[in-house]
Amino acid sequence: MTFVYLLVFGFAATAVLGLITSWIDRKVTARVQYRVGPPFLQPIIDIVKLLGKETVIPAGASKRTFLIAPVIGISGVIAVATLLWVNQFFSEGFMGDWIVAIYLLAIPSLSIILGGFASRNPLASLGASREMKLVIAYELPFILAALVPVINAHSIRLSVIIDSQAGGVFAGNISGILALTVAILCVQAKLALVPFDIPEAETEITGGALIEYSGPGLAIFKLMKNMLFFVLPFFLIILFFGGLRLNGINILWTVLEYVGIVAIITVIRNTNPRVRIDQAVRFFWGPITLIAVVAVVLALKGL
Amino acid sequence: MSLKLKALLKSPWVFHLSTGSCNNCDIEILDCLTPRFDIERFGMLLIGSIKHADVLLITGSCNRMSVERLKALYEQVPKPCLVIAIGTCAGSRGIFKDSYNCPVPLDKIVPVDVYIPGCPPKPEAMIAGVVKLIEKVGGAK
Repeated sequence: MTFVYLLVFGFAATAVLGLITSWIDRKVTARVQYRVGPPFLQPIIDIVKLLGKETVIPAGASKRTFLIAPVIGISGVIAVATLLWVNQFFSEGFMGDWIVAIYLLAIPSLSIILGGFASRNPLASLGASREMKLVIAYELPFILAALVPVINAHSIRLSVIIDSQAGGVFAGNISGILALTVAILCVQAKLALVPFDIPEAETEITGGALIEYSGPGLAIFKLMKNMLFFVLPFFLIILFFGGLRLNGINILWTVLEYVGIVAIITVIRNTNPRVRIDQAVRFFWGPITLIAVVAVVLALKGL
Repeated sequence: MSLKLKALLKSPWVFHLSTGSCNNCDIEILDCLTPRFDIERFGMLLIGSIKHADVLLITGSCNRMSVERLKALYEQVPKPCLVIAIGTCAGSRGIFKDSYNCPVPLDKIVPVDVYIPGCPPKPEAMIAGVVKLIEKVGGAK
């Protein structure tokens, strides 16, 4: 049964939804720029094409680490997706699975750092070190924001967090709104999208940590990013909107919440320039952490 | 046609390489990305790293300094890859045919799949050239 959860929900369903999300992102980006945009199947065609290409391993790179980094990343995403799906639909989960989810969500960034440093390219190392600084910057406010639903639900289990929102979602409180704002900005940085695409910066360090990856390695990294694009909004929906509710009219609300979060992320990405890494760290450790702390205090007061 | 090649033709990521051009062709390549022409409709993306490339867009007359770089870059492209020569200089060296600095034409250095003439070629001409390339490669296999 665990196997079914891992393969069907953790991998297949998440990958399909993630690829659709990434198409929505590209299409909306194109429409914002008055372009037509890619066809619907484009993300999956990209992945298939990359799987068929040659793998070039740079001379002097740490071969084993270079090849294993994308696998580590995608296993992290599959694990966290399985955890979320199972809590959503099948079982009660276990005590402290919220902590496990937070830990697992850091693994993709970790794998990008590993891959970047293993590929023996100055620009990749630069990208990896920027990614590392960005992780240090956004993790604190992200955890504080994710703590607000835990305080509101008086439990550290994801299934209890979902159940306790049956009466009213946490995004309806003041603390919930503040925490959701913080969390969306942190998700933007976790996905490495503009304005926080500092580690990848196509125009500056030409792909950053992924610069040396080609063929299947790059395909797995792309798939990992697309899956993360589904998993992170899904995590936010569980924390702040009471999970995916598939009964009656609630299906419409669930779809609206999901598309709304993705649309906000895409619009932020399309209307902002890239910030420098020091600006990003100052932004996350300054105003954003402050807002997150205020949200936590308000949640402790019961607001 | 194999699935591999089919997918390649549906999502050719292009890498832009100038071997000493006057920048006219390069500006016209960038024009293809603008909303008026929007080559992302065909799945094409302009990418920054040679390791992600499927199609090389080569402009310029291949002068002595850039030939070595061109060879080094061609070896780094993950195969299968396609090469498009853009502009008269890349196609036939143009007015630099007798120049001391451009001894070898592009197609003697790397295999070229399609030539797009013009000085510079229009974006429409480039898109037409890419369509011909896709027909040629897709029809042959």
